Amino acid sequence: MSAFLEIEDLKVSFTTEDGVVQAVDGVSLLVAQGRTLAIVGESGSGKSVTSAAIMGLHNRRRTTVTGSIRLDGEEIVTASDGRLRELRGKRMAMIFQDPLSSLHPFYSVGKQLVEAARVHQNLSRSDARSLAVEMLNKVGIPHAEQRADEYPHQLSGGMRQRVMIAMALMNDPELIIADEPTTALDVTVQAQILDLLATLQDELGTAIVLITHDLGVVANTADDVVVMYAGRVVERGSVRDIFYRPQMPYTWGLLSSLPRMDNDRSIRMVPIPGQPPSLINLPTGCVFRPRCEYHQFVPDGRCDTERPALEDVAEGHAIRCHLTQADRARFAAERLFLPTKEGA
Amino acid sequence: MGSYVIRRVGAMILMLVAQSIAVFLLFAVLPSNPAALTCGKTCTPQVIKANEVRLGYDKPLYVQYGLFVKGIFVGREYGSGTAAFECPAPCLGYSFNRSENVTDLIKSRLPVTAVEAVGACILWLTGGTLVGILAALKRGRWPDRLSMGTALIGYSFPTFFIGLVIQYLVIFKLRIMAYPSYTPFADDPVAWAKAFILPCITLAVVYAAFYARLTRNQMLDTLGEDYIRTARAKGLSERAVIGRHALRAGLTPIMTAAGLDLAGLLGGVVITEQVFGLPGLGNLALNSVLASDLPVITAVVLVAGAFIILANLVVDLLYAVIDPRVRVG
Repeated sequence: MSAFLEIEDLKVSFTTEDGVVQAVDGVSLLVAQGRTLAIVGESGSGKSVTSAAIMGLHNRRRTTVTGSIRLDGEEIVTASDGRLRELRGKRMAMIFQDPLSSLHPFYSVGKQLVEAARVHQNLSRSDARSLAVEMLNKVGIPHAEQRADEYPHQLSGGMRQRVMIAMALMNDPELIIADEPTTALDVTVQAQILDLLATLQDELGTAIVLITHDLGVVANTADDVVVMYAGRVVERGSVRDIFYRPQMPYTWGLLSSLPRMDNDRSIRMVPIPGQPPSLINLPTGCVFRPRCEYHQFVPDGRCDTERPALEDVAEGHAIRCHLTQADRARFAAERLFLPTKEGA
Repeated sequence: MGSYVIRRVGAMILMLVAQSIAVFLLFAVLPSNPAALTCGKTCTPQVIKANEVRLGYDKPLYVQYGLFVKGIFVGREYGSGTAAFECPAPCLGYSFNRSENVTDLIKSRLPVTAVEAVGACILWLTGGTLVGILAALKRGRWPDRLSMGTALIGYSFPTFFIGLVIQYLVIFKLRIMAYPSYTPFADDPVAWAKAFILPCITLAVVYAAFYARLTRNQMLDTLGEDYIRTARAKGLSERAVIGRHALRAGLTPIMTAAGLDLAGLLGGVVITEQVFGLPGLGNLALNSVLASDLPVITAVVLVAGAFIILANLVVDLLYAVIDPRVRVG
């Protein structure tokens, strides 16, 4: 299976008054057609910056991007503004976090959909309008014909996010980037929106990059997962790897700060202590070291002096950690009450 | 939409009534006796008394107010017998200083002020918003810094100072034109237009400085909105993003401000008219204050207030047309 989106050693930095912020540092990932990759991390982990770089939506004057982003083999990092505009909305589309503020308040939703189609397709107004209504139907908006003439503020949050999805689908893109698509929605509506995305993906074969901090969303929708911390990938694997065989203390922290339904109540939710580091002057050594409970098990203070590389621990499963495999297995079992033998 | 318009118009009428009562009361409680001002040095108590009766100042306040309102709608008559004279509707009072109906006075002065205000408004809106948009698009670079620095200087100075500087430079230093004297349009249209050039530029400079800053900030706010990012994510050209998405939202508050500022100017441009010798409402108001010509002052204040209230209504209704979120609720 060849990947539709390939990112290699992506580095994104911007200059601020306080110094250079290295928001993304050496991220590599692959997304194949019809697959969903979840990028998970706290605020400031670089997940949204990564998605902005893919779409070319970062501020080009203040941002430095190096490395490679290839969309179906075509390099995006060095592409011209004009070429990026041709790709945006056409081959890759984006769904944003807050559908109310992401839709223009002065234009009807139909108009906004029509505009999205007419940028890239040579359609008459009425044909574009029919397409818009068809898409609104497809994303499950009842009375689409009338709804198309309504304004964003007249729709509910879930309906608005459906409109955003319809807008993303107008040009039949091969890649959809969904940046926290359910964060602003009610829990019940969240599930509907995720189901809708999954259904559309089955039907259209779209590749999806799902950006989220919600591991519950990941478990339900993703095929592959990338865990980011301080602009780096700290663990990468299949969704089963991440949930059943997590190998990296930060991933353990994320998992154990989730409520669990499958165990008895004696298991407590444990938050990760401390704050994510400032991205301006990162500590030498492992970026997670200041918040890691296990660094004393690594000899010679290597966690303080040496950045761990991203290394494969199994087929398709890679981590950044100095702990030995035996230690990782032991601590993961203690921390997460995982079966010590593979039973999942 | 229909009920929204009805509600707004109703509110406007109530505000006009409240405004007229307030203005009327304010001038009724002033210590100066308008009847005494009608005869100057020749006044005797008998003459003052007679004039009080003739002008209706002997009646209780609410009757006076009633007569005043009646005058506006159906006209009124002053005095009785052979000394009686007619003040046809809309009658805003009678100025004994000038021996003229106030309505006629205002009718002759308002067009001058209106031409001045509208001309200045067109200048400052085009100039101010263009500069503001440019500054926002070039944020932080030299066009932004230069224009915003200039604008800051522009609106730091009082109007009369800017007016005098322009007068000095254009008329006395560079001798581009002679000191303009107002000529009625019918007599000489070119001389008439010339009289407005400098006052319009003076007003426009003062307001354009403010509008440039306002526009820049509005545009920057709008350009940071999520829906602008969405527009870019669609693959729209930068021109469409700015022209279709950012300007529409960014310039709406500018329209509000412009409507109210224009209405404020229509009530009289006191300083500029004085500096450039234009016989407008502001000039009338100033002279009437100096002469304690109460009926004229009352009327000018009422007309000025009515413009503001009317402009509020127009701006609100326009807003409802532009911003769909205003229509419901």
